[in-house]
Amino acid sequence: MDYYLQILLIAGIFITLTLSLNLINGFCGQFSLGHAGFWGVGAYASAVYSVYYALPLPAAINMMIAIIVGFIAAALSGILIGVPCLRLKGDYLAIATLGFGEILRIIITNTEKIGGPRGFINIPHWANIIWVYAIAAVAVVFMINLKRSSFGRAIISIREDEIASENMGVNLFKYKLFSFTIGAGIAGIAGALFAHTQQFLHPSNFNFMWSVIILVMVILGGQGSVTGSVVGAIVLTIVPELLRFAGGNIAAWRMTIFPVLLILLMLARPQGIFGPHELGGSKLRSKA
Amino acid sequence: MSSILKLQNVTMKFGGLTAVNDVSFDILAHDLVAIIGPNGAGKTTLFNTITGIYSPTSGSVIFNQKDLKNIKSSDVTELGIARTFQNIRLFKDLTVIDNIKLAKHTRIQYGFWDGIFRTKKFHLEEKKIEDECLLLLKLFKLDDKKDFLAKNLAYGQQRKLEMARALATGPKLLLLDEPAAGMNPTETRELSELIHLIRDQFNMAIILIEHDMKLVMEIAEKIFVLDYGNLIASGNPKEIQNNKRVIEAYLGAEIEASL
Repeated sequence: MDYYLQILLIAGIFITLTLSLNLINGFCGQFSLGHAGFWGVGAYASAVYSVYYALPLPAAINMMIAIIVGFIAAALSGILIGVPCLRLKGDYLAIATLGFGEILRIIITNTEKIGGPRGFINIPHWANIIWVYAIAAVAVVFMINLKRSSFGRAIISIREDEIASENMGVNLFKYKLFSFTIGAGIAGIAGALFAHTQQFLHPSNFNFMWSVIILVMVILGGQGSVTGSVVGAIVLTIVPELLRFAGGNIAAWRMTIFPVLLILLMLARPQGIFGPHELGGSKLRSKA
Repeated sequence: MSSILKLQNVTMKFGGLTAVNDVSFDILAHDLVAIIGPNGAGKTTLFNTITGIYSPTSGSVIFNQKDLKNIKSSDVTELGIARTFQNIRLFKDLTVIDNIKLAKHTRIQYGFWDGIFRTKKFHLEEKKIEDECLLLLKLFKLDDKKDFLAKNLAYGQQRKLEMARALATGPKLLLLDEPAAGMNPTETRELSELIHLIRDQFNMAIILIEHDMKLVMEIAEKIFVLDYGNLIASGNPKEIQNNKRVIEAYLGAEIEASL
């Protein structure tokens, strides 16, 4: 039972994480490869609060505070990285964010107070599956409403054509920085949930590999699609686990089979499962 | 009538190349002006200088009594200058109506949180914007295409959509960069009617860059001629047609051929 619960937990956390990267990558079109870094900052910052500075309050209120701490810490690191990096475009931005993501992780690895390379232990078990999915639901509603407001339209226009977007009166830097900061902040919230459900953090949870996995979830679901991010996160968490049960050789080869499935899907649908659209998108749009 | 746009000795240099050289002119609030000149004469550079994409090497651009020096391109739009592009720049993967809605961006009255919490203010404002956008699309005969992706429109319709989008920003001055490029004669005729209609209905000044001389001579009240970045002539279509320097620089061959 614990095993299934754990998979559901991770899937829920990844829904929030994927949505947060979708804001940067799918909506705004800024190619960021350092997302696991923000996730890590949020996780460690919230854990620092709960281990060292926790107030004598009920667990639920303390968890709220931990989430806010995770959000603020990750959002601040988003601003710190976004201000210099968002002047870059495309591949250059990807490399710069990759570098910064690794810097964040290395700082974590070398800070003794938070366990350094041994990992951060004794984090209280404040969050559970209800927390994880409640936050994921809030993130979904936030993203859908953002997408259909003027603010969201401005962000999406940057992805479509920067010059035309600026010409429509969209302040490019402001909106890029906004998506970057809020995206990082939401990743920080996912980090807080991760810390307080797993009760243990290790720097290797937040390395470059994980940035890539989150990115794959965004692309698989469809860049710019909220529904797509949800589906992408669930599929990419659950399918590798399902392959475990396939028995015999398939289980042994699962980490080979899975990437092959991804390649096939990308060949068949390069725009991702949903493209930029939502499930029942036309209905949603006509209401707006 | 008051002047809406004033260029004072505007010079734009790129390294050793002088793209626009000491150009000065005045545009009145209700003018319909054409800028013509051979390829590479600096017409589009002049547009980019006016809209704040470039900031002039020397000289000043004054819009509505306000010097546009160091004002960001996005803020220039808010002040009331809109433009279209020589090579169409629509938001290709968005619907026609979303393209127009985006242009209302600077005029939106509700805040970020109104959008997230979908307040009454958000719904009212979105409804208002939707209605305005539909009205505009109707004027351009694109209302039946409102849910099409912009990239799926025919070429002439894309050009029209780009104009509609520029208008949606609520400009006092509209800059059209080769609006007739790639249009067939019927579409060009429609366009000339549309440009007149826009100016009268929205009460604004229009500057257009155009190579289609028939269109220019037909609709422009005043013409500025650029050659190698220099303003070599200005006047009404008749004066320009008979201007020696213009004929030398550029129109000569065409007029002789048509005689």
